[in-house]
Amino acid sequence: MENEPAFFETSPKPNVVGKPLNRVDGRDKVMGRAKYAAEYPLPGLTYGVLKTSDIAKGRVQSIDTSVAMKEPGVIAIFTHENLPKLAKTPNDADGKKAIGAPMGFMPLTSDMIYYAGQPVAVVVADTFERATHAARLVRVNYAADKPIAAYTNPAAQLFNPEKIQDGKADGHTRRGDAKTALAGAPVKLSATYTHAINHHNPMEPGATTAVWEAPDRLTVYESTQGVTRTQKALSTMLGLPQEQVRVITKFIGGGFGCKGSCWPHTVLTVQAAKAVGRPVKLVLTRQQQFTSMGHREDQTQTLNVGATQDGKLLALVHTKTSTTSPWDNYAEANSKIINLLYDCPTFESSYELARANVMTSTFTRAPGEAPGSFAIECAMDDLAYQLGIDPIEIRLRNYAEKDPSTGQPWSSKSLRECYARGAELFGWSKRNPKAGLTRDGNTLVGWGMATASYPVHNSQGTARVRLYADGHAVVQSGATDLGTGTYTVMTQVAADSLGLPPEKIRFELGDTKLPTAPNSGGSVAAGTVSSSVYAAAQDVWERLTKIAIKDPKSPLFKAKPEDVAMENGRLQLKASPAKGEDFMALMKRAGLDDIEGTGQGKYGAGYETGRPGNPAGPNNNTESAGKHSMHSFGAHFCEVHVDPQLGTVRVTRWVSVHAAGRILNAKTARSQIIGGSIFGIGAALMEATARDPNYARYTNADLADYHIPVNADIPDMTVEFIDEHDPYINAMGVKGIGEISMVGVSAAVANAVFHATGKRVRDLPITPNKILGTKAV
Amino acid sequence: MNDFTYLQATQAKEATSAVRDNKGAAFIAGGTTLLDLMKLNVENHDQLVDINMLAFKGIEPTADGLRIGALERMSDVGEHPLVVQNYPAVSQSLLLAASPQLRNMASIGGNILQRTRCGYFRDTAFPCNKRVPGSGCPAQDGENKGLAILGTSKACIATFPGDLPVALAALDAVLLLENAKGKQRRVPLVDFHLLPGNTPEKETVLEPGELIVSITIPAATHARKSTYLKVRERTSYAYALASAAVGLDVQGGQIRSARVALGGVGTKPWRSPEAEKILTGAPATEATFRAAAAAAVHDAQPREQNRFKVELAQNTLVRALMELAKA
Repeated sequence: MENEPAFFETSPKPNVVGKPLNRVDGRDKVMGRAKYAAEYPLPGLTYGVLKTSDIAKGRVQSIDTSVAMKEPGVIAIFTHENLPKLAKTPNDADGKKAIGAPMGFMPLTSDMIYYAGQPVAVVVADTFERATHAARLVRVNYAADKPIAAYTNPAAQLFNPEKIQDGKADGHTRRGDAKTALAGAPVKLSATYTHAINHHNPMEPGATTAVWEAPDRLTVYESTQGVTRTQKALSTMLGLPQEQVRVITKFIGGGFGCKGSCWPHTVLTVQAAKAVGRPVKLVLTRQQQFTSMGHREDQTQTLNVGATQDGKLLALVHTKTSTTSPWDNYAEANSKIINLLYDCPTFESSYELARANVMTSTFTRAPGEAPGSFAIECAMDDLAYQLGIDPIEIRLRNYAEKDPSTGQPWSSKSLRECYARGAELFGWSKRNPKAGLTRDGNTLVGWGMATASYPVHNSQGTARVRLYADGHAVVQSGATDLGTGTYTVMTQVAADSLGLPPEKIRFELGDTKLPTAPNSGGSVAAGTVSSSVYAAAQDVWERLTKIAIKDPKSPLFKAKPEDVAMENGRLQLKASPAKGEDFMALMKRAGLDDIEGTGQGKYGAGYETGRPGNPAGPNNNTESAGKHSMHSFGAHFCEVHVDPQLGTVRVTRWVSVHAAGRILNAKTARSQIIGGSIFGIGAALMEATARDPNYARYTNADLADYHIPVNADIPDMTVEFIDEHDPYINAMGVKGIGEISMVGVSAAVANAVFHATGKRVRDLPITPNKILGTKAV
Repeated sequence: MNDFTYLQATQAKEATSAVRDNKGAAFIAGGTTLLDLMKLNVENHDQLVDINMLAFKGIEPTADGLRIGALERMSDVGEHPLVVQNYPAVSQSLLLAASPQLRNMASIGGNILQRTRCGYFRDTAFPCNKRVPGSGCPAQDGENKGLAILGTSKACIATFPGDLPVALAALDAVLLLENAKGKQRRVPLVDFHLLPGNTPEKETVLEPGELIVSITIPAATHARKSTYLKVRERTSYAYALASAAVGLDVQGGQIRSARVALGGVGTKPWRSPEAEKILTGAPATEATFRAAAAAAVHDAQPREQNRFKVELAQNTLVRALMELAKA
């Protein structure tokens, strides 16, 4: 850490960092100039369309492509019988690990059918319409078996996995003797929480355009949250050196986790392009989106709470049961947040899985923390009501001054300030302590709140700065802008780091030809990439300083490098700032048109310990490797109007206050918190994918019947940030806000519903059928 | 979607005979349901006959009510001053439906013919008696939260999804139909849609090639004093879990005439003469409304997931009546 100077020290007064700069890519987006993965009009482009399985379990007995092949424009149809083999598949554990695949199964490698919607053929034609039509004409005969649809099926076999989430989290955790503590606790609560299947449903579905530039060289325009991870997966599966696969993602229409991995449709597109010798573009239909890129799994959690009469926690015992695929032990790690959110001396958690005929579920915004916080934050609310303690007060009584799960001190924690400011903005002090008593016409009014928290994962990245003598710079890092503002905030960081106005900076991202950056996921992008950009700029200044102190014509001639500082693009002596010069003058004198610097930014425990990590690897469970536990914290406050006769719940007021280290752009950060909160309100009130219990097939796989919030569902939202200085997490002091915005949201809504009605709904989403029958207390 | 030919008809006869003479043909007006279902391969037509050039237009008063051309768009009808003033339930049902973009495209004739949103019907991988007669109805023991509780059969529990036809059913609307011979007939909206019975694939009384020309709605006090209440999982762009179109003529606290229809709960727009019978002549009180609501769902046959609709439909109806009585 000592070796890496921090932004705080070198730039105590940021000029544009933190300011509400407008999006630098906003104009291109509204003008239609921003190109997405399916928008590259390449010469000779062909169109790929998936044919997917009608059954959820069984075998393909035969496929007849003869009729489809005769259709005009059809170039090729690939099935498991004729698709060229991959060098490596994720069908075995070693392959899966080498590829970094999200799912231990690659379709079209055999005649086996494991889930409804599994690809069984890829049709390539000269137009999208012809490919779509031909796919319909492909005749598939299935030998169907009876599928298992979910863990709730009585025939499902439950098991306790040793590891969950692809081996990244423990299936069983124990701290102290929670069961004994629970048995002896004066106050006990036990409740079960159910979460529906949720789909990410980004506006832009999965999309791939694959171009083989040479028989062993591939370019893929891909809708992905991580170009490098996709590059690694594809090169491993194809048996190519990694650098011979180029992945480009300049813009992406939302991801939310489903684009955090390389999924089968991308691989099939690449294989098809190779086989037909022409570029192939494949875009998932909305229906296919539901069975191609994972989902948040259907799950039930039971949380047992033991406490004193004063509301002090004594024991937490948590279990989770959920559905996984035939191959993988995937479960969101819900228990992590439950283990650390409050000061509780004992804790125990375990996971139970059932294999079913579904594809593998995957990270969905705040994986684990979102549903986990629903359980713990509803339970804290229940405890508060049962003991007659204000919900904020009970949280303060259990305030964790260090991380209870590891015993580490926090790198920073401003949760008290979040509670206080949120309560003030919301008017919490006027809350009626009794539930079910506030009426407004036909509706009952309720207020609820919940805590949010999200870890600073261990991550690192790289960036390159090329500074030109004419006073502008190109800054590059192979990150992804999920639409949240990466282009913009990195422009700001580069501007301050180089002492230039933001309009003199061009920031480039989304290409494996650029310096490697991590996936934009797990809230790591802002902190990792900004630190990398900052470090690369520091490298430029070091190089320029070396030139200056050797240049007899420079005012800094013979100065010691450590005595030189950069201020607003000027190199000068720390002790006497008047002695120095502008970098442009220096570079011109030295005959330099440009100068390049590179930097590596570490984020999380790696920054504190100085240990290397794999920038493009999956989020590894090494957050606790350093001295400190690193988390962002926040609080959501919610008002609902519940119509107990019609069952409708409307969110009418919303306040979110977060402390997440340095906020790089006040405007894009506010938007991101609003977006995440709406994502959470969707999960709380309406989002649920229905899977038929007998056919293991979704029955509402479109955006008319899978409900996400519309404008009319969302009130004006108040968002604030608490100023927070954290020197331990990275050079920029940035924690990231992609996930925390949604953590605790469903609990805040459910707690408000309870306050309104006196009825506790623990089954998400809280749709009208679950409210009906509610009488005012 | 399969390949199809396209015919733009300029005369009704041209359109109706084209569709009568070709089993694979279908009319297209706004296309908001048809193209959707064709893309899903739920409907497969080899010819689309565009009727948008036909003269089935106009929103105009008649001697005893209002006549609306079948090709008028949902948005135009919903916002028309005569509809807003004299048939508020009709206006509200239109403006609470779909999205502005869809309402600008969709014709009201097509809206009356809108097909169910049952997930089993819309996915060709499932059996469905409505789509493939005799193949079965997995909805009965499947994901049936949104499906019907009234007018169901062993073959089908698909909900009629629309809003406007519920208001039209309540307010005694009559459809004018014209067949390929140029012959016209009038069918009350309540008789236009069929119960599924053993033939859920047959949804209306339309003969092959027959078209909806116009809709007339009689003027009445209970039409001027009418409302449409829609309950759904989100505030806009969602189908009704339950809805109620009601009209009341109340004088001196007594109900002189009443009109009641339910949406989101029936296999067709669900007019309730049982509820109307209880309301007519009774005092306009919550107790009366509750009794009427109980009568309206007396014959309900819920399945596992849609049991709540029995209560929700009643509460929706009572709320609509209470709001009207207060107004």
